[in-house]
Amino acid sequence: MNAKSKNNLATITFWVGAGLVLLILGTLLGYIFYHGLKSIDWHFITSPPETIRAGGGIGPQIFNSFYILFLTMLISIPIGLLAGIYLAEYAGRSQLAEGVRIAIETLTSLPSIVVGLFGLLVFVNATGWGYSIMSGALALTVFNLPFLVRVCEESIRGVSRELVEGSLALGATHWETIWRIIVPCAFPSLVTGIIITSGRVFGEAAALLYTAGMSSPPLDFSNWNIFSPTSPLNPFRPAETLAVHIWKVNSEGLIPDLRRVADGSAAMLVLIVLSFNFCARWLGRLIQKRLTAA
Amino acid sequence: MNKKSFYDRAGLCLTMLCAAFVIVLTMSIIYYIGSKGLSTFTSHGVSLREFLFSDQWRPDRPPGEGGPQVGSLAFITGSIAVSLLSVGISAPLGVIVAVFIVEIAPGWGQRVLQPAVELLAGIPSVVYGYIGLSLLVPLIRSLFGGGGFSLMAGFLVLSVMILPTIISVSTDTLRAQPAEWKHASYALGATRWQTIRMAMLPAARSGLITAVVLGMARAFGEALAVQMVIGNTREIPASVLSPMITLTSAITMDMGSTVQGGTWNNALWSMGLLLLLMSLFFILIIRFAVRRGAV
Repeated sequence: MNAKSKNNLATITFWVGAGLVLLILGTLLGYIFYHGLKSIDWHFITSPPETIRAGGGIGPQIFNSFYILFLTMLISIPIGLLAGIYLAEYAGRSQLAEGVRIAIETLTSLPSIVVGLFGLLVFVNATGWGYSIMSGALALTVFNLPFLVRVCEESIRGVSRELVEGSLALGATHWETIWRIIVPCAFPSLVTGIIITSGRVFGEAAALLYTAGMSSPPLDFSNWNIFSPTSPLNPFRPAETLAVHIWKVNSEGLIPDLRRVADGSAAMLVLIVLSFNFCARWLGRLIQKRLTAA
Repeated sequence: MNKKSFYDRAGLCLTMLCAAFVIVLTMSIIYYIGSKGLSTFTSHGVSLREFLFSDQWRPDRPPGEGGPQVGSLAFITGSIAVSLLSVGISAPLGVIVAVFIVEIAPGWGQRVLQPAVELLAGIPSVVYGYIGLSLLVPLIRSLFGGGGFSLMAGFLVLSVMILPTIISVSTDTLRAQPAEWKHASYALGATRWQTIRMAMLPAARSGLITAVVLGMARAFGEALAVQMVIGNTREIPASVLSPMITLTSAITMDMGSTVQGGTWNNALWSMGLLLLLMSLFFILIIRFAVRRGAV
């Protein structure tokens, strides 16, 4: 075979490879939505699940997922942003910065089940909270933090140096420059990055199995007292999220319409996570437009 | 000290504190998992050799009958087999797709393929597990016979899961290579394939190794997607069609149902420690590869 026909053969291989990836993606999404969208209706996404009868929904699971996500972000955004600012603005090549980078690398590659084990040891057992939303949110903070720090650092590095130097030349301190110039300028990409990491957190299950637990107590959505055990807002009650629910239903479900619930939950989860991704792009562009008045 | 410089100083301290927190967090994870994971060896007197190299897993056998035995070879072999096989599929495919995006059809690749890869990366792992369970397992059952829950189902699910990681890291590396080398190769009269094989891929070697190792690390540590499709029988798989178990799936299934402080439970913590050490090991490989690539 001469060089030319080898080249053609290689080109064909590359196209086949690319086509294969598109085919896989198409099959996955097609399969999920073809089976799942049939079972999603208003009743399904608002009513509580059944344990042995058919006809249950995933209302509390969806609520739990968003609530845990909210708490996770509440804890991890300040830490992530400040650590990101440190790495981008202050650290340079100091020893602390190098340590942080190694730590982030370690945390990033840590299997999420190990994060869950750490959560079980520290947030569930040592604090005495048991399986709870708070333990879950803290475990997810550990899971999320390395990605968030990286996203924040990159967003802040993306701010043009002229603006920063202009601010410093006008006599502003470094800290003033950071809060008045750098963070506002980095805002669009910060928002995009934070929403994308939220999508990751929303779909995570392994870190939650032994921290937020695999069951939800009966919830009374008219009860807003956060200390009441039946209140959905109580952060110290156990909570099964949507992602955990998919796993739980498939591994130990007893309901007769298991397939319907699993299909619907999977489609719902993919739908929410993908909408996070689309939303991130769209919102980032929108804020960019507003801020720059372009 | 005036107010302005006080804020300036306080701000620096605050950000430093948060950065230091990340280090403290990492250290405490290593410390807590480490001390809990070692108790199998310290307080239950299991030898490291038995844990790593024995396949006798009888954690609930009473001491009078020679138990409990916590040889985890089946779990370790399972994890290694499933992640190696999945990398075996994903590494070539991932590099092919990355080259396609960078070199073969940059316009089309960037507009269609890259968003597609991002979508794949965004699908949660339980959903991969569920698709494996409801689509792949019945398919394997009807094509090859057997139960369907198998090593094969496990590595196929994982190979799709780690594909986005491998593709995106490889794409970044290939893009970062200086264009001159490529141009020089073309100028010498090389075909596109020759240029890719002899100039682009060798130049990007360390980045490609990083991509594959990251994919491998992800496969090794994945829990639920694997647990849902491999059948979870505690033995070393005899063929790609036989059911098996991994470290992660053992932890997933038994951590909640075993008595805390018992030998069984502590053996699971040791498996957690093993997963942690493996991920540290993967980072070391990457660091080594990058350093060699930089020289």
